Amino acid sequence: MNTMNPTVTSEADMPEETIVPVQEERPAETVIEEGKTVGHPFSDDPKFKLRNVEVFYGQDRAIKNISLDIGRNEVIAFIGPSGCGKSTFLRCLNRMNDSIDICRVKGQLAIDDHDIYDPKRDVVELRARVGMVFQKPNPFPKSIYDNVAYGPRIHGLANRKSDLDEIVENSLRKAGLWDEAKDRLDAIATGMSGGQQQRLCIARAIAVSPEVILMDEPCSALDPIATAKVEELIAEMSESYTIVIVTHSMQQAARVSHRTAYFHLGHLVEVNETNKVFTSPEHELTESYITGRFG
Amino acid sequence: MTDQRSQAEIVRNSLKRRYRKERRFRLYGMLAIFIALASLAILFADIINKGHTGFVKTTITLDVALDSEMMYLDDPTDEDQLSMADFVAPIIAALQEHLPEADSAAEKRELGRLIGTYGASQIRDLLKDNPELLNTTQTFEFLAHDRVSVYVKHADNPRYSIKVSEQQQRWVDELLEKGIIDTSFNDVLFSRGDSREPANAGILGAIVGSLLTMLVTLAIAFPVGIAAAVYLEEFAPQNKITDFIEVNINNLAAVPSIIFGLLGLAVFIGLFGMPRSVPVVGGMVLALMTLPTIIISGRAAIKSVPPSIREAAEGVGASKMQVVLHHVIPLAMPGMLTGSIIGMAQALGETAPLLLIGMVAFIVDVPGGFLDSATVLPVQIYLWASSSEQGFVELASAGIMVLLTFMITMNALAIWLRKRLERRW
Repeated sequence: MNTMNPTVTSEADMPEETIVPVQEERPAETVIEEGKTVGHPFSDDPKFKLRNVEVFYGQDRAIKNISLDIGRNEVIAFIGPSGCGKSTFLRCLNRMNDSIDICRVKGQLAIDDHDIYDPKRDVVELRARVGMVFQKPNPFPKSIYDNVAYGPRIHGLANRKSDLDEIVENSLRKAGLWDEAKDRLDAIATGMSGGQQQRLCIARAIAVSPEVILMDEPCSALDPIATAKVEELIAEMSESYTIVIVTHSMQQAARVSHRTAYFHLGHLVEVNETNKVFTSPEHELTESYITGRFG
Repeated sequence: MTDQRSQAEIVRNSLKRRYRKERRFRLYGMLAIFIALASLAILFADIINKGHTGFVKTTITLDVALDSEMMYLDDPTDEDQLSMADFVAPIIAALQEHLPEADSAAEKRELGRLIGTYGASQIRDLLKDNPELLNTTQTFEFLAHDRVSVYVKHADNPRYSIKVSEQQQRWVDELLEKGIIDTSFNDVLFSRGDSREPANAGILGAIVGSLLTMLVTLAIAFPVGIAAAVYLEEFAPQNKITDFIEVNINNLAAVPSIIFGLLGLAVFIGLFGMPRSVPVVGGMVLALMTLPTIIISGRAAIKSVPPSIREAAEGVGASKMQVVLHHVIPLAMPGMLTGSIIGMAQALGETAPLLLIGMVAFIVDVPGGFLDSATVLPVQIYLWASSSEQGFVELASAGIMVLLTFMITMNALAIWLRKRLERRW
């Protein structure tokens, strides 16, 4: 029985406490220096310019002083162990965190040099530019057509029925769902398979012609075949969209992304070309993670 | 090995005990359901047993010679003559044709008492509208007097005391045999308002009163309740004031209904000077009473809309308002409707608050609008149940059957709506 149960550890100690495997001795060097990211976090042609970003849930600091550029038409993957803040960080990019009352975001976040968190900025307009695909396929309980047409309708993107039909068809084509869905556009979307639903959600996101698509573990609820289809889709879409993808699958990150960012306990530890991250990571924590020593 | 065997044995032995326990547990459950169903069955059996005769009326069909001399009436267009004329005499004469032995003045009087008190006005109304029918013979279907009706329907029932004389009983038996006195479906019950005489009393006034009251309740409670639920769930900031409101709404749902009646009396009638006994005030009081139910069920329905749907809508750039209107409310609607209909069914059966605002008055006319004096079904049942005349006993039970039919219909509607509108995601 351990009567001297240590209860509270300071933030700086936490990595040591949780990460260090028992047999190895790894003292001070694994301590993450706040705000210091190894590799190449910045880009010459940034779509997003994010500087000193911090996110708080009440008293908890979930994101700790992260600076990062996301390039135009780049596919960047966020990887890291559960609870490392990658989803939270992703949701800052289209202010999905707004609906959480206790969540506060600090720092400079800009898309095309416009402040995302400018109080005068309309969040609806932002989300029309920055679409999102979620972990669990979440089509509306409406017809396939209405799912895709919903975004264009509320934004008034199509004045005539024929325009709307065209948008729906194009979006479904881009999402690789047209052939499967064209004969049952009036069928309820929730009756489709999980993979089809997720591709429908992607079609719904691109129907409002966004510039950026955020994907929060888009394949975690899908089987390998559906996953392969979605990954193929991401590769195709990378020509015209900036894509930010959060994933737990390192193979997926390796397959689809140009750059990979490794998050750890709210820190951005390393950002590098995907190849480099998976072959010769610069930071020790990244190496431990991709070799499966924790996570 | 021995260890293992003994362990298996222990498990086997304990299994027996566990299964026994399970059987016992299931038995308790079945017993509870049996008790509930049995009491329900007894209740229904009793009500139907007492009330089914309420749906039957006793009629006396006679060919009446509208003789002007007998009635002391030669000009039916003259109001004075009409009010003085004797319309009972021709009825008695018509009865005498079938019962020639009733001859004396006393016997004639007895004969006249076979017919309900409204028989005479039936003749008067006909002549008033059609003066040319004077001195012709017309066929009338009179309602039998309440006592005759009780005798015809309940002669063998010891719970009823027969109040017709021996002589009258003989006459009634004879007329029954001849088919002059007959029983048929009680259309009076569904076509008239209340009356002092059971044979003439109908429930239509109460039904219309209930409908008008419910309309007012629905028109107020539904939109206000849904709006409050949506605001509290979707837009209200999470702070002390919201918590305070929430606690109070929950408390309001537990306030005894009579308190709402007192409130209605003090505020709507006392302060605002609205009339008594009218469906508008009744509906407003019941709306106050129903509001908490609708708000609570509405909030539960909104809470059960999965957050992924909200996120999906927000993700494509729907504003808060669009998320609520396009997605949350349609998905929450079945739950909200179910809650509202159950709240309305509660309001339909409510008596106490309506007593306080005067909807307990004796009202003969079927209300024609929201500002006419009216009463409602449960109050009508209460009025009949507390009447001393025997004929009202079966009417009260018949009224309960009508009320229960309405309630079952409403609950069935709620279930149907829920099944119909329910969508899975």
